[in-house]
Amino acid sequence: MIVEDVLRYSFNALVGYRRRTYLMLLAMAIGVAAVVMLTSLGEGARLYVTNQFSSLGTHLLIVLPGRNETSGGAPPGLGETPRDLTLQDALSLTRSTAVRRIAPIAVGAAPVSWQHREREVSILGSTPELYPIRHLEMAQGQFLPPGDPERGAPYAVLGAKLRHELFGSHQALGEWIRIGDSRFRVVGILAEQGQSLGVDMGDVAIIPVASAQSLFNTNSLFRILIQAKSREDISRAKHAVESILQERHEGERDVTVITQDAVLATFDRILRALTMTVGGIAAISLAVAGILIMNVMLVAVSQRTAEIGLLKALGAPQRQVATLFLTEAAALSLLGALVGLLFGLAGNAVIGHLFPSFPIEAPLWSVAAALGVALLTGLVFGVLPARRAARLDPVQALSRR
Amino acid sequence: MIRLENITRDFRVGEETVHALLDVNLEIGAGEYVSIMGPSGSGKSTLLHLLGLLDRPTAGHYWFDDQETSALDEEQQARLRQGKIGFVFQFFHLIPRLTAAENVELPLMLAGIEPEERRARVAKALEGLGLSDRAAHRPEQLSGGQRQRVAIARATVIEPALILADEPTGNLDRASGHDVIHILEALNANGITLIVVTHDPELGGRARRRLHMLDGRLAEDSGAT
Repeated sequence: MIVEDVLRYSFNALVGYRRRTYLMLLAMAIGVAAVVMLTSLGEGARLYVTNQFSSLGTHLLIVLPGRNETSGGAPPGLGETPRDLTLQDALSLTRSTAVRRIAPIAVGAAPVSWQHREREVSILGSTPELYPIRHLEMAQGQFLPPGDPERGAPYAVLGAKLRHELFGSHQALGEWIRIGDSRFRVVGILAEQGQSLGVDMGDVAIIPVASAQSLFNTNSLFRILIQAKSREDISRAKHAVESILQERHEGERDVTVITQDAVLATFDRILRALTMTVGGIAAISLAVAGILIMNVMLVAVSQRTAEIGLLKALGAPQRQVATLFLTEAAALSLLGALVGLLFGLAGNAVIGHLFPSFPIEAPLWSVAAALGVALLTGLVFGVLPARRAARLDPVQALSRR
Repeated sequence: MIRLENITRDFRVGEETVHALLDVNLEIGAGEYVSIMGPSGSGKSTLLHLLGLLDRPTAGHYWFDDQETSALDEEQQARLRQGKIGFVFQFFHLIPRLTAAENVELPLMLAGIEPEERRARVAKALEGLGLSDRAAHRPEQLSGGQRQRVAIARATVIEPALILADEPTGNLDRASGHDVIHILEALNANGITLIVVTHDPELGGRARRRLHMLDGRLAEDSGAT
């Protein structure tokens, strides 16, 4: 039998039993649409988070003091305290050719006051390099002016929320504020930005790192942000940072360097797993649709016994009868899958329209998987009815009218 | 053309074994016109199904064109049916969703014959039975006689050596029945072997050779002519 004829015969049967065909298409379509849309949502969430992370800065490395490791027991009473990260440590890192810029960060909390208003906020001590590294944006004024990082200067940049809380509708730029016991002049206001890495960038005051260290009476840094020259330089920069700091800390490896890529990759993995899970759950509906197809095909076989008997009398061997019914099941599921794909993409378009900032797009693998699984369920669940049709006794099949 | 030797066909009904056919010996030559008659349950339909390779004997041998059919597997038997045997049924067994032409085309399609050749042969078969103007009609739009003529066209389109007709007029009025019988007899006159199963003595009596079945045995054979 010619392939074309097999297809034509099956499609003819689908058209011949219209209501059955529509119901089956609907069942399969819902399953496939669910898979496509849910995986799109998962994938969208992944892209969303990834984008958020890249907005933190590119080619970023973060140096934290201390290191997680187990070492031999020190004599009791002495303990092992990690050396602090100092400003000199930070500045020494610019020696590496893989490093483009660095920004030391000292963090503390202190009351910020202007006239009678006072507010306790996080104080970030840093250098002008923080601006490009963290992709900050200014609403007014300018960021910290360049200068010797080891010397303090009475300049402060305020977060948008802090400015609003302290100054209300007053002009903040150029005003003198008090942070702790020192006075600072407001030189700039940050543009509104979301929360990132746990610090609300709207509710901070940024001052020169040396001023912050004297304010909190410490020599240590909270962390050092490093921007590598390029993506390829990230691992080289990591090694350079580790060896420079090891050398400076008398051979002791007592810092932790995390790369943004590593964090990003972790999130990426988590969300990808989530997408898979959700897609898997949706795929259950495909299996349900497959069972429905099996059911309907079994009914079709018993409804069309006379037709099957006739096919056999006309010289169709079992194999051919099975092929015809299997093709019918496959055509049903594949058509249903295509309709479902259209539904899913339409649903995506609606979501994309309602939430423009959410990057929703059906990942190619999920489209392929949904179509593949649909076809597979059609075939797998079509085998039983097809075999039943093939084994039908032609004499009995023809004796009924 | 057909030789049956000690053919027995048993059916199990509950605990009992029923002999639908018992020790049947029969030889039918090419071009014969044979009727098989007998009361219902006498085994005449079972015999027809056996002859048409739709059923296998429990015991005995069946040679079709000098070929021992029990040696053939299911697929080979199907091919033999496809090439040499045409069936005409009491209830026509046309596929309701297909047009007359498509129904006639079915055996050619199953045989894998190219569409162009199929079209020509279908047109010729329909024309031979005066159905050219009904080609695009579905079975439900045709009268009983026309339906049976479509079924005959379907049986003859493969140019079979043998036509097996099971009560071909059983579901038709007299005029249409006569019509159908004349067509079948005309085919026989052209050399096709014709075997008709019926319990209608008038129809059965027209055959040149008449077989009577009783309780699974060949009770009477008017003999080859």
